[in-house]
Amino acid sequence: MPVPTEKIGKTYPPVVYAVGREKVREYAAAVGETNPLYFDPQAARAAGYGDVLAPPMFAVVYCSSAFSGALFDPELEIDFPRLVHGAQEFRWDQAVVAGDEITTTITVRDISERAGLRFDTFESVSVNQRRETTCIGTWSTIVRGEE
Amino acid sequence: MPLSEGDQIELRVIPDRYVTVRYAGASGDFNPIHIDEEFALGVGLPGRILHGLWSMAQVARAATNAAGGDPTALRSLSVQFRGLGSLEHEIVISGQVKAVSDGVATAKLEAVQGDARLIRNGAAELRVG
Repeated sequence: MPVPTEKIGKTYPPVVYAVGREKVREYAAAVGETNPLYFDPQAARAAGYGDVLAPPMFAVVYCSSAFSGALFDPELEIDFPRLVHGAQEFRWDQAVVAGDEITTTITVRDISERAGLRFDTFESVSVNQRRETTCIGTWSTIVRGEE
Repeated sequence: MPLSEGDQIELRVIPDRYVTVRYAGASGDFNPIHIDEEFALGVGLPGRILHGLWSMAQVARAATNAAGGDPTALRSLSVQFRGLGSLEHEIVISGQVKAVSDGVATAKLEAVQGDARLIRNGAAELRVG
């Protein structure tokens, strides 16, 4: 399977995501969270946050549009129906709360081919409206070869 | 809550019949393999499967619970996705604190559902104290 290694290093335009209180609550409920910090603005303020706190894995939500933009980039020639998520890493820094605006930039870190499988690694860097880093993600995908 | 080397982490969760529908709406991942039984069967899957990132969120939850429930204690989490997660079967997330140094606990975690290892080689860093 030929892979477009010349695209390693490609960076995509930043994508801005506005964190809404109800979206945080919806996400927290969908993953089974019960911590009041994610649901109750008063509890969050009492703990020193400006509004409800986003669970760490909410990074998936605010990175989603930026990451999709890279995955569907025609220049990467990813065979989407054969794509599976191989591995994921997040490193968190500043907490994210409702009202924040998060800007995420995706970079292609690696593209390789081994034993008929294609491996892609993307990095996401997310910063808040104060330019503080909130999360750095490493997204590893695998494309199965033709049978 | 102080974490010590050797501490065990465990969380059990049963994904209900509609959890993938709620997660699709919450996350924006509407891949039909997660929400459409006929489509999933049509592409050779045993049925609708869980979103891998939902399962990872359960591992994150297990880790933050172990650290006393402070969500900002979780500094990093890395996982490998393996088996396919199914609905209405219990998932057991288990782990162990491997080391504590300089105020950071390092834990290994995995998620298992019956014979399927959904997540393996999970590694979390948790701020302690």
